[in-house]
Amino acid sequence: MGSIALLGFGEGGWGLSIASGILVTVTLALATLPIGLLIGFFVALGKQAEEPSIRLAANMYTTIFRGLPELLTLFLVYFGAQIGIQKLGVLLGFSGTIEINSFLAGMFAMGAVFSSYASEVFLSAFRAIPRGQYEGGYAIGLSYGQTMWKVVLPQLIRVALPGLSNLWMILLKDTALVSAIGLADILRQTGVAARVTKHAFLFYGTACLIYLVLAILSSFVIHAIERRTTASGVRR
Amino acid sequence: MTESFLNARTAAISRPPAPAKRWTRTRIIGHVLVAFWAALIIGLLLDLYAAWDIVLIQTYGPKYWQGLVTTLTLVFSSIIFGAILSVPVAYGRMTKNKIGAAIAYGYVYFFRGTPLIAQVFLMYYGVSEFKTQLEYVGLWWFFREAWYCGFLAFALNTAAYQAEILRGAIQSVSLGQWEGAASLGISKFVTFRKVILPQALIVALRPYGNEVILMIKGSAIVALITVYDLMGYTKLAYSRTFDFQAYLWAAIIYLLLVEILRHIWDWIERRITRHLIR
Repeated sequence: MGSIALLGFGEGGWGLSIASGILVTVTLALATLPIGLLIGFFVALGKQAEEPSIRLAANMYTTIFRGLPELLTLFLVYFGAQIGIQKLGVLLGFSGTIEINSFLAGMFAMGAVFSSYASEVFLSAFRAIPRGQYEGGYAIGLSYGQTMWKVVLPQLIRVALPGLSNLWMILLKDTALVSAIGLADILRQTGVAARVTKHAFLFYGTACLIYLVLAILSSFVIHAIERRTTASGVRR
Repeated sequence: MTESFLNARTAAISRPPAPAKRWTRTRIIGHVLVAFWAALIIGLLLDLYAAWDIVLIQTYGPKYWQGLVTTLTLVFSSIIFGAILSVPVAYGRMTKNKIGAAIAYGYVYFFRGTPLIAQVFLMYYGVSEFKTQLEYVGLWWFFREAWYCGFLAFALNTAAYQAEILRGAIQSVSLGQWEGAASLGISKFVTFRKVILPQALIVALRPYGNEVILMIKGSAIVALITVYDLMGYTKLAYSRTFDFQAYLWAAIIYLLLVEILRHIWDWIERRITRHLIR
């Protein structure tokens, strides 16, 4: 069989399973993004809090999840959650094996890693926003939450966007690790095809190219977002 | 005696009273979070203590040490090889020669745009498809070994990242430095070596440190292509004993490794930027 037919959608072609892999990878990355951004934002808030105990807790979070290899974090979450829930099940009088959804495990592990890096990006973005912005917000009677939401956050996004788009690219690549816990993403599907057809170079090469295309597509989207956010900003 | 007593008294009077530490909401949240972390860590340590099994430690302790040595040799050899390789790539990224620039750009784009794990798989499983050709050229001994494949994939990958670090650092040195040296009649090569590079390396130091840490973390991937590094032995220990402490020990070792390296790097940075502190 020619390589076109192997990658195609016809009889004996692996196109469909690879396409489903792409769907899984993209869904996982998109599902992780909001969690990671949200946790990262709050961890960044914690890192610049006046209360030392909050700072300590936030710094421990980043130290741990930036220091562990992503693969190990994934295994820790996957097997750890399995054991934890198993123990909980025994406590509640439920016996039998409980399987953890590898998609959820991947989402939490990637989210933890992403958020710890995102918190650093948000933190440096926070430092780029002058104190006067907060004071101005308070002076016109906005509460802390309102100042954050209506005054600081719109500016913060503009400053943090380059760093965050970098992290998105890293996230997209890191999702390939979930193939190690059996989630049928791009790498898993191409790996299966490679083992069955013995055309490993073709399929792993295709996987690499798909990731490249995803990166290029996301850079288009990021450029569009960047244009929008800079257009809404005041030129200084 | 009385004087110091008076001083102490006036000091006590003149200093404004410390604001009462009240249990504000943020303070409570902070303490709860710290307590959560502390409980988690103490719980894990207690778990490790309760699960302490001397036979297990004696069996897998030396293996973990072996794995750690493998991880470190793999990371440092690929970083050094990558550093050598990054010089021509960085040169290609800065050259005005269109073909050279295109090749360097493509190289960097490919290795930075695809997952490291896919590159490692491509190098190990993919290249073995060309076994007969490689045997013919006499390179099969290299690509047969998972360690070498991991090493090559890592070196090529880190070369792309290091080339970008190098390029960014060199371009961060202002053009005036080149012009100043040229006006003194210093040749381009000497200018680069004696004027530009020392300034560029200070800028590059922090990204280089991050790259080393990323490589240490990324090296866990080789466990998936049957190399017994720290992660490889961890997986082995877990698959044999089904004891979760296998992963916990690995986590502790990796965390310690990264933290130690980070502190060493901070120390180096403080030391070589001494002359910049005013």
